[in-house]
Amino acid sequence: MTNPQIILAADVTTNRPHANVAEIEQKLGALELIWGIGAVRKTVLIIVLAVIWQVYASYLDNPLLFPTLSDTLTTLYDRFADGVLPARIWTTLKVLITGYVAGTVLAGVLTILAINTRIGTDFLETMTAMFNPLPAISLLPLALIWFGLGASSLVFVLIHSVLWAVALNTHAGFLGVSRTLRMVGGNYGLTGLSYVVRILVPAAFPSILTGLKIGWAFAWRTLIAAELVFGVSSGQGGLGWFIFENRNLLDIPAVFAGLLTVIIIGLVVENLVFQTIERHTIQKWGMKE
Amino acid sequence: MLQTTQYANNTTAERADSLQCASARPLLTVDKVTLRYKTPNLLITATEDVSFSVEQSDRFVLLGPSGCGKSTLLKAVGGYMAPVSGAIHINGRPVKKPGADRMMVFQEFDQLLPWKTVLENVMFPLLVARKLPRSEAEERARDYIDKVKLTRAADSYPHTLSGGMKQRVAIARGMAMQPDILLMDEPFAALDALTRRQMQDELLQLWEDTKFTVIFVTHSIAEAIKISNRILLLSPHPGRVKAEVIDVDHARHDDGSAVALERDIHNLLFSEPGHRE
Ligand SMILES: Nc1ncnc2c1ncn2[C@@H]1O[C@H](COP(=O)(O)OP(=O)(O)OP(=O)(O)O)[C@@H](O)[C@H]1O
Ligand SMILES: [Mg+2]
Repeated sequence: MTNPQIILAADVTTNRPHANVAEIEQKLGALELIWGIGAVRKTVLIIVLAVIWQVYASYLDNPLLFPTLSDTLTTLYDRFADGVLPARIWTTLKVLITGYVAGTVLAGVLTILAINTRIGTDFLETMTAMFNPLPAISLLPLALIWFGLGASSLVFVLIHSVLWAVALNTHAGFLGVSRTLRMVGGNYGLTGLSYVVRILVPAAFPSILTGLKIGWAFAWRTLIAAELVFGVSSGQGGLGWFIFENRNLLDIPAVFAGLLTVIIIGLVVENLVFQTIERHTIQKWGMKE
Repeated sequence: MLQTTQYANNTTAERADSLQCASARPLLTVDKVTLRYKTPNLLITATEDVSFSVEQSDRFVLLGPSGCGKSTLLKAVGGYMAPVSGAIHINGRPVKKPGADRMMVFQEFDQLLPWKTVLENVMFPLLVARKLPRSEAEERARDYIDKVKLTRAADSYPHTLSGGMKQRVAIARGMAMQPDILLMDEPFAALDALTRRQMQDELLQLWEDTKFTVIFVTHSIAEAIKISNRILLLSPHPGRVKAEVIDVDHARHDDGSAVALERDIHNLLFSEPGHRE
């Protein structure tokens, strides 16, 4: 019978010194680092799609049906240079931001009421159940009667498209905050609004951000669609109107330029704005679901 | 030296006795407290008629098997749930709601605010509850982070820490507040045996430094004996006071009195017929 033995790592005989000691942190290679950035991978994809577009449209050779990418880009540049597109974009963004901010603020007020009072909860639940399935654009005819032709009708529809998505997600996020974190907030003596702002909002931030993203997506699509239906008001239409107008003039490259602008703005907001927010918040905090 | 006061039939005279030998007014008194949980179809009595008092600088341990209502009692002292009957007083004032005079170290690992670094987590209550100026809060926070040996992790976010490190941050956060009572709910339960021993030693070392008052929940008899000067033994279903052990800090390892005490407590806790554990 042999007795148990303890062999110390330092005594293990190896040919190389410190062979049993490995580095804990290792740097990743430069290529691996670059490929790890989502934006880089997506840019490569977009370039590939652009090449396919150009080649296919040149082969088709029918600018009335499907203009080439280079035609579209040239038109895009011209319309930017003559100031038409920037004015259209500005009109659209002004309405969009007004509606989005108003909808988000309203959603905040509603959810704060909902978590503090039972009647508030009932109100929020009933309203979201009723209005969430209703496409915001379907309220446009009614809004036109109520508010007339103009930005206020659009803002009304936008608020409707943002409000319920943001409120629903924020409320769900607040309810999902763990009991422990809520007790920690109570332990610090936080109550009322400071409790909501300092504990609930950051703790529910993943859900809130999801709500804001969905709200943005709804708002952007609703607005372009509304502008297409609605056309021009008080002499200055938005991006949707730009597309509609140029279709009527059979200026198809301009239609494509308008569509491209819609896509680019959407991409910029979703991939730059929201992802930057995400990187600096929930990703840094390890809260990404 | 060692005494085990057994509440054989819970006579008030006996309890009044044990209260009397304490100083004029205890820091915390829990008087005949019954705590219940209301679930949609059940009324669960977690603790029944529990009384005890905690003096300044006590290391008071609540000891009992799982489900005997230790966490529930601690939550009641913390002000998170109100007793069905009985009263809890701290410094003579009734406990009505949570407050920073009773800092809690929770059993759960998700008690740190994930959106704040270790340093910010420790500073946050100092800023919002103690209203300290920023520089002073930071200085004190860094001091306690050093004490729990997390200096290098001060700027890390909680999700990058191990379970034991998170628990140490929670302890630093609680102690930096220098509350009237520190409430600790099995803070070392999820640690490995080695870290656990280190943490127990550190806790005792910190106590030597500042002589803070702490209520400590555990279901390890050995841990209770190592850490406390008084132990309240609870029996389960529903939680009742079974006995109180005083002068625990006089138990020593070299003369075997600690081992004997551990055996006595074990026999006391598991003597109940029909008790399953
Ligand atoms: N939120 C709750 N709702 C209903 N019943 C609960 C709740 N929390 C605890 N209980 C019940 O109360 C009793 C005491 O629970 P408690 O958590 O205080 O036990 P404990 O002594 O802390 O146990 P452990 O050592 O496992 O942590 C148990 O019977 C449990 O089922
Ligand atoms: Mg417990």
